[in-house]
Amino acid sequence: MTLTLELQNQKERRPIVAQTVFLGAGLVLLLLAPLFFYPVFLMKILCFALFACAFNLLLGYTGLLSFGHAAFFGGAAYFTAHAVKEGGLPVEFGLLVGVAGAALLGAVIGFFAIRRQGIYFAMITLALAQMFYFFCLQAEFTHGEDGIQSVPRGHLFGFIDLSQSSNMYYFVLAVFVIGIAVIWRIINSPFGMILKSIRENETRAISLGYSVRNYKLAAFVMSAALTGLAGGLKALVFQFATLTDVGWQMSGEVILMTLLGGIGTLIGPLFGAALVVTLQNYLATSEFPVTIITGVVFMVCVLLFRRGIVGEFYNSRLGRRLGFEHRHK
Amino acid sequence: MTMIFGIPLQAFLGQLLIGLINGSFYALLSLGLAIIFGLLRVINFAHGAQYMLGAFIAWLLLAHFGIGYWPALILAPLLVGLIGAAIERTMLRRLYSLDPLYGLLFTFGLALTVEGTFRYLYGASGQPYATPALLTGGANLGFMFLPIYRGWAIVFSLFICIGTWLVIEKTKLGSYLRAATENPVLVQSFGINVPFLLTLTYGLGAALAALAGVLAAPIYQVSPLMGSNIIIVVFAVVVVGGMGSIMGAIVTGYLLGVAEGLTKVFYPEASNIVIFVIMAIVLLLRPAGLFGRDA
Repeated sequence: MTLTLELQNQKERRPIVAQTVFLGAGLVLLLLAPLFFYPVFLMKILCFALFACAFNLLLGYTGLLSFGHAAFFGGAAYFTAHAVKEGGLPVEFGLLVGVAGAALLGAVIGFFAIRRQGIYFAMITLALAQMFYFFCLQAEFTHGEDGIQSVPRGHLFGFIDLSQSSNMYYFVLAVFVIGIAVIWRIINSPFGMILKSIRENETRAISLGYSVRNYKLAAFVMSAALTGLAGGLKALVFQFATLTDVGWQMSGEVILMTLLGGIGTLIGPLFGAALVVTLQNYLATSEFPVTIITGVVFMVCVLLFRRGIVGEFYNSRLGRRLGFEHRHK
Repeated sequence: MTMIFGIPLQAFLGQLLIGLINGSFYALLSLGLAIIFGLLRVINFAHGAQYMLGAFIAWLLLAHFGIGYWPALILAPLLVGLIGAAIERTMLRRLYSLDPLYGLLFTFGLALTVEGTFRYLYGASGQPYATPALLTGGANLGFMFLPIYRGWAIVFSLFICIGTWLVIEKTKLGSYLRAATENPVLVQSFGINVPFLLTLTYGLGAALAALAGVLAAPIYQVSPLMGSNIIIVVFAVVVVGGMGSIMGAIVTGYLLGVAEGLTKVFYPEASNIVIFVIMAIVLLLRPAGLFGRDA
């Protein structure tokens, strides 16, 4: 009796141990990474990784494919850049402005989009995001084709100089870790369980008495707000905000990162983002257009590699022995 | 000069014409999308790319082989239809058992690849395509000047739309298609080759997009980006119309084109977002779309 209990305990402890080891190793790697890589490159990966993780909160855990997340990413970049540059706000408040703006935008777009399901949901988010793109093209504060340039990074809490790239890197890393922790908390809360039940069987969730619409809208707004955090951060890292970040191609890119890394895995999008950003950097100097490769990778992923990198790992023999489970279709 | 609502009549009619032309392309493209979606349950994101491909093939035929507009009007859709059928047969087919979203993502990747390739080969700028000799010039209608080619584009697209509708509603093949949309398993058990119907449908949808592309070539410039610019608007058209009915897709296409044209007269700043605004209003009032059947 005690023996079986103990065995069971061991069996259940194994995944926790394995996950802690992986998490610790990952954190150490991220802390040491600036010694080996160019910090701006790393910061770009972290921004896109947070973007993709926030997007995955919606696609992977609620089952909603948004084709308009560029609006929140690029929109927040504009809001943060404008607040810091023209409004003279400190960076931490600038980021908050970006998050709040993206959340508000998410509430509006989400309100319309959740009225339809599945494929229509994707098309509506795409169309509304395109509408926001045209707004940004014409609005005065975005400066149209030029974008908002030379955004000052300023001082964090008034005394940490963020114009130094190592300081900036650790600030970005801290925001990234906080963002991931928030996402982890959401998906492991009772609220997150309901989101998963909506993903698995929406009709059943309705018949169990959950107001599915409100849950979907809440998930949409949270995803938009976290996307806004990533977008604001990106504006501070690169010190500009442009139309590229609001275009539909950006919405496609974040889908690819998530798909490549593993839909419905917490850290999969980090790997997807790292791969895509590396590829873009690698091809930036050649004349060969990135879109061709992106498109082909997209098709290959959908046809043959739907679990993504981390999903495949979880499903491999080693992954299962370490106790990871991954139940996404 | 005659005025209507404080706007010169000529400007009003001019924009109405442009709206009708844009509407023709919206109708042709949303028609193809609706046919493909009806049977395959796939939203064909590559529809814009296939439209662009049609225009480009017409341009390439003229530039490299001296083959003119009229043969291109048949050759380009044929070619794009065959490519579409091949893609359905080899790749798209594997995704039917999965969530329909994978079909959308696959065709999105396809669109990126095709568009990227043409951008790489021919640059992002547009290439002019000469109006066929038979349709050059214009007609003075008394109240306005109508370029003949534009009139032809409207009439021809209307002809294709109604023709396609007739094929689907009134012929034996159309009845197979409609039956397979309702219940593919049952139709197959009657000995009808449903997988072949699916290939045919995707090929037909792609060919329609290419036909629209050839038709558009003399009006707009032939550019690699022409497809992605229009496809998002067409998606909004499809959301407004609802994909339940073929006729719904056609009527909505023309209506929204005209609405866009008229907005250009009265409030130009809003002309490129008006279709999205209409979409939002329709979602509020009739979430299933104007002609939609599904809730």
